[in-house]
Amino acid sequence: MIAAASTFALTAIAASLLLNIYRLIAGPDATDRILALDTMVINAIGLIVLAGIVFGTTIYFEAALLFAMVGFVSTVAFCKFLLRGNVIE
Amino acid sequence: MMVLVETASAVFIVIGGVFLFVGSFGLAKLPDTMRRLHGPTKATTLGIGSLLIASILFFALVQQSVGIHEILITLFLFLTAPVSANMVAKAHIFRNQGVKETLPPDAGGSGWATLTAQTESNEAVAPRSGVNNS
Repeated sequence: MIAAASTFALTAIAASLLLNIYRLIAGPDATDRILALDTMVINAIGLIVLAGIVFGTTIYFEAALLFAMVGFVSTVAFCKFLLRGNVIE
Repeated sequence: MMVLVETASAVFIVIGGVFLFVGSFGLAKLPDTMRRLHGPTKATTLGIGSLLIASILFFALVQQSVGIHEILITLFLFLTAPVSANMVAKAHIFRNQGVKETLPPDAGGSGWATLTAQTESNEAVAPRSGVNNS
């Protein structure tokens, strides 16, 4: 049962990543591309958590936590660069 | 009990996958940047929270131990997703100055995404030495 649900969720996350790549290429502004990258980071965290469930190990959660932190910091740095012209003043 | 927890975990996995897909579909389909902000910041956060609940249930079933990692990831994502959305919205308003005429008035009197605050209240303050007040 968990195997079938994991297969469904992996397919959904793969389709989500394809849609995010479409928005990353076709986004008319830089903020759209930043938003697409942030959503791709969240989808990748979901993918890591699902891999941990499928393989039955808890070793991936540190990777997911680190990925969440780096994704947030990169999004804020991109927006700060667009707002101020540099990141660290 | 085992079957019940396994069924609940599978249901939460399916709900998480559906909401992750709904958020990304809204990001790809909606016509405007300020509308596109709503998909990833609400639906995707709900989906990842549901997946982490499923992970908590599954590892409590398999290893008889509730880890702190899932709760940490959930807390961090739920705290930082609104901040990211606010930063993206501010950058969008700053890059498209025509958006400002369509916005309601703000409370602070400094505009929605301006780089300079109100200068009338700062005139009584003496300029600090060594700082380039340009």
